[in-house]
Amino acid sequence: MQYSKKVLEHFTRPHNQGSIKNASGVGMVGNPVCGDLMKIYIKVKNDKKAGEIIKDIKFETLGCASAIATSSMVTDLALGKTIEQALKITRDDVADALEGLPPIKMHCSNLADEALHEAIKNYQKNKK
Amino acid sequence: MKKIYLDYAATTPVDKDVLKEMLPYFSEKFGNAMSIHSFGQEALQAVDSAREKIANFFGASPAEIIFTSGATESNNIAIKGVLKSYYSQFPTNYELSTHVRITKNKKPHIITTAFEHHCILDSCKAVEREGLAEVSYIKPGKDGVIKISDIKKAIKSNTVLISIMYVNNEIGTVAPIEKIGKLIKKTNALKKEKDFKIIFHTDATQAVNYFDCTVEKLGVDLLSMSAHKIYGPKGVGMLYVKKGTAIKKIQDGGDQEYKMRAGTHNVPGIVGFGKAIEKIQDTKTKKQNNSVLKLRDHLIEKVLREIPDATLNGSRVKRSPNNANFSFKDVEGEGLLLSLDMEGVACSTGSACSSGALSPSHVLLSIGLKAEQAHGSLRLTIGKYTTKQEINIAIKKLKVIIERLRKISGSVLEEYYDKKYL
Repeated sequence: MQYSKKVLEHFTRPHNQGSIKNASGVGMVGNPVCGDLMKIYIKVKNDKKAGEIIKDIKFETLGCASAIATSSMVTDLALGKTIEQALKITRDDVADALEGLPPIKMHCSNLADEALHEAIKNYQKNKK
Repeated sequence: MKKIYLDYAATTPVDKDVLKEMLPYFSEKFGNAMSIHSFGQEALQAVDSAREKIANFFGASPAEIIFTSGATESNNIAIKGVLKSYYSQFPTNYELSTHVRITKNKKPHIITTAFEHHCILDSCKAVEREGLAEVSYIKPGKDGVIKISDIKKAIKSNTVLISIMYVNNEIGTVAPIEKIGKLIKKTNALKKEKDFKIIFHTDATQAVNYFDCTVEKLGVDLLSMSAHKIYGPKGVGMLYVKKGTAIKKIQDGGDQEYKMRAGTHNVPGIVGFGKAIEKIQDTKTKKQNNSVLKLRDHLIEKVLREIPDATLNGSRVKRSPNNANFSFKDVEGEGLLLSLDMEGVACSTGSACSSGALSPSHVLLSIGLKAEQAHGSLRLTIGKYTTKQEINIAIKKLKVIIERLRKISGSVLEEYYDKKYL
């Protein structure tokens, strides 16, 4: 299986790895049977002009190289974005930003967008 | 960076003496062993000489050695060829419109294990699908060893074939082949003369290097193996077929291999195979196997001592001297494998992600591991060229990589089970 350079880069030196204490929202997806579990933490700040902005984002992932790389990439894509913009990030966006994923990995390990969306949902629930 | 190869169960490098023996048979002595002229006779002599060496190693006669392209083909012949022979003796009508076999006789029954190599499992599933046989898949114990009592219980009046692997390719555990052989002999002795006797097959691919493979002693009728696991070339293997065994060819063509396997002989491959067998038979082998065992024990002890939350999969004792298979908590195998490879260390994993399969290793699941334990597995298999220094370097790197991956995974697995994240 051939991974792109970008995937290997994010796998070996993932961005925004870790956790956030007192996060505004947390999302976890995946299951141990498939082998991938992803957890995303977001810190949201309200900006008068732009609205709700993802000021900080971190991830923790148990999974294969592409699971770690997609987690890392989705945090890059979402950081500094508004909630609306972040909700529009798709798995294809993540894969494209990583210069592609092996076909078999497109579905099983490309769940990071879902983890992000779960974290946002969790934030919106917490807000109420 | 000098690379470290710890995947000898996947394949072995061709021994230099083996290669030397093979080389003339590509361009100089290139004849077809079936040709009557001198070129052909030269090739035939080489094939016969290799056949003799191999027969000698297994305590068989040369006419019982059938050369194939490798263990996968040998195993396919074993399963499908026995059924073919059964149906030639007990014919049935195949109803095309309903895909049902109409027979007065019971459908033949095969016993195998749940943790065989895929070439056996998939062959069994194929004959089941085609309605040719029913198959029982015996589960190994938690230690990865097949219990003789489970086989005894599974035998039925219509059992025609029992196929049990000698040494498991993933966890290296050893099956009690000799005892199973005795059980089958006893069962067959009670059958009537016209009855189809149970045929005993073993896939000995991972056993030949380290275990007694004398066919008489094992009590097997069929035995498969591959040359590339014993420092021989790829693309050649053999099926031992005990004289008088009810089995038919499954590939049509020429009259090669006592009409059991059509296709031009892989002469250089067979020559290399013969030399490889000769080399593992010589007196140095025992000493070498002992040093492999010592190194492997060092490997297991060091990993379990120095890496927290590591477990050994499969019996510690009833296992091949060259095999270690671990599961590491909170780590996924593909990432582990890839990281090790970047550091120049080659090994293998039972994680689904590494193979393109959807579920993790059927072997690890069959001995009761949870999916995440199977995903977090690593197989390290050593061989005659492995050094202690290589093992120490590999473990040092393994430790660092596991620490890194565990930092990334945090405690997501525990949280998943606690559902605390909600």
